Amino acid sequence: MTSLTDLLLVLLVLTGFRLLGLSRLGASIRTAGMQGVLLGLLPLVAGESWPPLRMGLLAGGSMVLKGLVFPWLLFRALREAEVRREIEPFVGFNLSLLAGTLCLGASLWLGGGLPLPGSAPSSLAVPAALFTIFCGLFLIVARKNALNQVVGYLVLENGIYVFGVTAVPHQPLLVELGVLLDVFVAVFVMGITVFHIQRAFDHIDTDQLSSLKD
Amino acid sequence: MLPALCAIPFAAGLLAFAVRRDGPRRVLLVGAAAAHAALAAAVWLEPPTEATAGAWFALDAAGCLFLGLTSALFLAASVYAVGYLAREGSGRREDFEEGFPFANAPEAVFAGCLLLFLGTMTLVCASQHLGMLWVAVEATTLASAPLIYFHRHRRSLEATWKYLLVCSVGIAVALLGTFLLAVACPGQGDGSPLVLGSLVGAGPALAAPWLKAAFALLLVGYGTKMGLAPFHAWLPDAHSEAPSVVSALLSGALLNCAFLGILRAGQVLGAAGHAAFYRELLVVFGILSMALAAVFIVRQGDYKRMLAYSSVEHMGILALGVGLGGSAVFGALLHAVNHSLTKGALFLVAGNVLAAYRTKSTSEVRGILRTLPLSGVLWVLGFLAVAGSPPFGPFLSELVIFKAAVDGGHLLIAAAYVALLALVFAGMSATVLGMSLGETPEAPGAPARPLRGERLLAVLPPAALAAAVLCLGLHVPGGLAKLLAAAAAVLGGS
Repeated sequence: MTSLTDLLLVLLVLTGFRLLGLSRLGASIRTAGMQGVLLGLLPLVAGESWPPLRMGLLAGGSMVLKGLVFPWLLFRALREAEVRREIEPFVGFNLSLLAGTLCLGASLWLGGGLPLPGSAPSSLAVPAALFTIFCGLFLIVARKNALNQVVGYLVLENGIYVFGVTAVPHQPLLVELGVLLDVFVAVFVMGITVFHIQRAFDHIDTDQLSSLKD
Repeated sequence: MLPALCAIPFAAGLLAFAVRRDGPRRVLLVGAAAAHAALAAAVWLEPPTEATAGAWFALDAAGCLFLGLTSALFLAASVYAVGYLAREGSGRREDFEEGFPFANAPEAVFAGCLLLFLGTMTLVCASQHLGMLWVAVEATTLASAPLIYFHRHRRSLEATWKYLLVCSVGIAVALLGTFLLAVACPGQGDGSPLVLGSLVGAGPALAAPWLKAAFALLLVGYGTKMGLAPFHAWLPDAHSEAPSVVSALLSGALLNCAFLGILRAGQVLGAAGHAAFYRELLVVFGILSMALAAVFIVRQGDYKRMLAYSSVEHMGILALGVGLGGSAVFGALLHAVNHSLTKGALFLVAGNVLAAYRTKSTSEVRGILRTLPLSGVLWVLGFLAVAGSPPFGPFLSELVIFKAAVDGGHLLIAAAYVALLALVFAGMSATVLGMSLGETPEAPGAPARPLRGERLLAVLPPAALAAAVLCLGLHVPGGLAKLLAAAAAVLGGS
């Protein structure tokens, strides 16, 4: 199953690059949803030795939550917003892609230097997880639009999830479900906050949220 | 005992969303807080038992300490909240800084989230499984975000957004650190690699590089939530825009919970023989937090922000104390108790000042002692306590940490520590004395309506907290000292 796992991880990295180059918010949300579906497939191919209940719950839970519910929540917030695309991010889209390439290099180097003690399902697992984490952090810092920052947070969580599934395969189910629940509530609350920001300010550019300072 | 401690706030919180009338809901809030405090007191009175191996939820000494502290502070805050909510009323009102109209969030949401917040903090204190600990800490963020957005206007919305994003990202980093900790654990096939007891038991068998990386990530993650510089960006905004009763809980209870996360990680590193590594990191971040807070406290123009930066300073003292090791660990834990009670009282009094003067500007508030005699006295006493003057509790705990630094031969650190404490004292005293003394300003900037008398519900809770701080400065009760010593011993202190 290693080749299938590898395929999923490569697809994950490609969705990361797509997110770095997108300016349309709708497409970003959809791409993050695609990433969620890929994440749901990951335990199915990488966790052969897992109990079926755990595998099924995790795969189903992440696919439904990250692939369907989160995009739906974010699209609801987007409908209220006037804007459809990020016009002037802090870091331009071409530069973002370049930064993504550098992140990928750094992830491969770091992943090579930190071999997992146990048997990892794929040698690509740690680099792909690290790249996704860097990608999420980069999106949060480099984008002004609040919805894009929520997408960045989701991507960050996705990367950590990939690391968890591949490097710590024996997590108790309860913890994994707790993490999923927390992420769900976090996106829910963030979605509501974006909605309120839109109503109060008539925009969702977070760089204009700057009245509080010393 | 423990299931009831967790269940009461969650059940009452969910119920509070459903109760339609204000009166019964306020009774529910205070009743649940009192029941929780009674149970927490019962746990305090019986000595903490050793956690059964592999248990996910248990109260060890440190958990017991922070749980009792959280519960006591919450009880005071809930009594204050009843008076606060009655004073706030409902309907639209005008913002006193910028003059635009806004409404408050429904009171049911406020009371419900307060209780859920207490429930999640209880879970943090009781979690022995580091994965569950993470789940609980993230849940505290989510339960408290609606509280910060109680006054539905632009500034509180901005603060809520920053709080949500900065803390969620920070805590996500802590999740990665938690996973790294599991990777460092050999033989993770037994299904519970992240239970504190088994991690500590595995001790030196843990893989050093993964362990150190894990601690660094956990420190950044939980440090963000705790308000250690330079990850404190959310803290002053959230504390200044939230209702004062929420600020008191954030500062006095929530920051401690995040600190507990760092202590758990430190416990594992200590058992694995890397105590020097984590202590050095804590000392660096502790001094940095104190220095940064001192810079912002001096000439601070907003008194709630001043209190918020003072929290950053005191979190720095806690990190420094644990980092120094030896008897400073005991001092740091005692200081956590003192700081929570003092800062809780100060934020509640700040709420009274804000309600009377309708401004957060330090230069526009004058003569609190004359206009609000009770709150004014508490304000001055609270300042003296938080700035570390005798005979209050913080003086004692700061002295213990100082003595440990000198005894340990860290003279440079001790000198920096005293210099920064003195700087903060000077900076705060200028502001606080200016606010307390003098005549009430007539016009302009005078209160729109004549100041009303002080209500008992607004004065009693901070007065009770201040009295506790005074008592702790004169005498640390034997039971508390034993609990502190047990918690410090686990961290390699004495």
